Amino acid sequence: MEKSDIPILRAKDVLIDRGELTILKVSELNINGGEALSIIGPNGAGKSTLLKVLSHLFKNFSGRLFFKGLEVGKDISPFEYRRKISMVFQEPLLFNTTVFENVATGLRFRRFNREEIRKIVYEHLERFGIAHLSMRSARSLSGGEAQRVSLARAFAVYPEIIFLDEPFSSLDKPTRDALIEDLERNIKDLKTTAIFATHDRDETLRLSHRVIVMDKGEIVQDGTPEEVMHYPCNEFVASFAGVETILSGIVEKNEGGVVTVSVADAHIHAIGDIAPNRKAIVCIKPEDIILYPVSERPQSSARNTFTGTITRIVPSGFYQKVYLNCGFPLVAYVTNNSAMTLGLSEGMEIKASFKATSVHVIGQ
Amino acid sequence: MELILEGIIKAIKLLFSLDREIMDITILSFKVSGIATLISVAIGVSTGTLIALNEFFGKRIVVSLVNTAMGLPPVVVGLFVTIFLWRNGPFGFLGILYTPYAIIVAQSVIATPIITGITIAAIQQIPKKLRLQILGLGASRMQMVWMLLKEARLSLLAAVMAGFGGVISEIGASIMVGGNIKGYTRVLTTATVMETGKGNFDTAIALSIILLLLAYFINLILTHIQQRGHSR
Repeated sequence: MEKSDIPILRAKDVLIDRGELTILKVSELNINGGEALSIIGPNGAGKSTLLKVLSHLFKNFSGRLFFKGLEVGKDISPFEYRRKISMVFQEPLLFNTTVFENVATGLRFRRFNREEIRKIVYEHLERFGIAHLSMRSARSLSGGEAQRVSLARAFAVYPEIIFLDEPFSSLDKPTRDALIEDLERNIKDLKTTAIFATHDRDETLRLSHRVIVMDKGEIVQDGTPEEVMHYPCNEFVASFAGVETILSGIVEKNEGGVVTVSVADAHIHAIGDIAPNRKAIVCIKPEDIILYPVSERPQSSARNTFTGTITRIVPSGFYQKVYLNCGFPLVAYVTNNSAMTLGLSEGMEIKASFKATSVHVIGQ
Repeated sequence: MELILEGIIKAIKLLFSLDREIMDITILSFKVSGIATLISVAIGVSTGTLIALNEFFGKRIVVSLVNTAMGLPPVVVGLFVTIFLWRNGPFGFLGILYTPYAIIVAQSVIATPIITGITIAAIQQIPKKLRLQILGLGASRMQMVWMLLKEARLSLLAAVMAGFGGVISEIGASIMVGGNIKGYTRVLTTATVMETGKGNFDTAIALSIILLLLAYFINLILTHIQQRGHSR
């Protein structure tokens, strides 16, 4: 964080609408210097649009944008502002020239001299592990290499804020993991404020200090990654956070912080504070569910115990993902060892239990 | 058959004898069409870029007009340029009808829509996001346009070739506004027509060969530049 308490970027009363339809509505957003912020949300939630507004690449919006307290378009021109930032898109969008020239582009715009350009370009090619490609044509690169060039090009201008619009979503997982690592290191090294739209949970958890969740053009949640993952505010965030079981029901009782939600014919107990008769969404993470044979007695501390039939078992690495039908669907993770001990098979009856504290309820 | 063979032999002799008159005609053709192409590039590339990058009412109509004008018949251009440059015409005071300048004007009118049309297509082919990317790297508006032109350079060189090819080979306009005056406005195409009419097939063939070679060498150079840019 910077010493001053003026946010590096502040958006106020941003509004884009097409008649009835609100495309983006952000009454206030402050981003501090050095912060790494993820914007998550379903497709069409307005993530990309927000990013384009914040980077002033999209001008048709009403509202105000402040860079270090200076209003863009008033105290500093949009052009001056754009010189302080840079942008990386999902596609690498490289120019049809060499890798070196691509990375040099932003520096040439800023009229750096030849020696400086050489020095800075090579430094950034090294940062992203692509110095050996410098003289190659940008058109001959693999997807991962091309995105590295795009990142090096964006960092080469030493932006104060870097915007990344789903930068890794078109890459395969190993490439993506390697790139996330390089990006993480560079954001830290260069102390760049980073704002990215993303679809990926690992990206969010690894790269950001703060997450904002968007839905229908509005910010619906703003917090640390832990807060957002543990207390998801809606179904989208819940599934983004890895919650496999998402059920809707109606709150029956609320007794001193413990609510009972009726889902199908079952009653699920959860910690929460939602008034009776309201609709609610119940989120249960698969790792919080314990399975045991029907003959065994329930564990004392778990308030929720159900008997169900296994409908499907899907192996996933060290775990087996077990789908149950307990009158409502339930998904649990079981280690391979436990699965063997329990002798799990499809069609088998089994008991599932989970604590009230591991159920997250969202009032609707 | 004999006629052609004889013609070709005589033509080669003529070529290697560096006939003064033929040389002058060739140089004039090259100068006139070269200047006309340069003028068309200056107007066509800038207009094409403006049209491609801006959204305005009636854009489709403008683009379809440009595309239609890409096939303007040289005789029609010749007719209108003659009328405009006629002594009582709107530009009669310039007094350039039946001079090489008139041919340059007419050929520029022919090549400009070709270059404009190809420029529009070339710039519009570049993904819109690339513009955002360029701006997102801190480009000024002029720098962005320059980057887009660089990205479109292969198509733009094709536009130059098409423009030059169109005017070096055109005859209708040259003969109408230039008048095929010996030693003054006689160019390769008008000379070929005249020699053929007179039955001097050897000279006509020699002129045709020169015309083809000239077109070929210009395109060879441009293609070389284009492909060098491509393979890098």
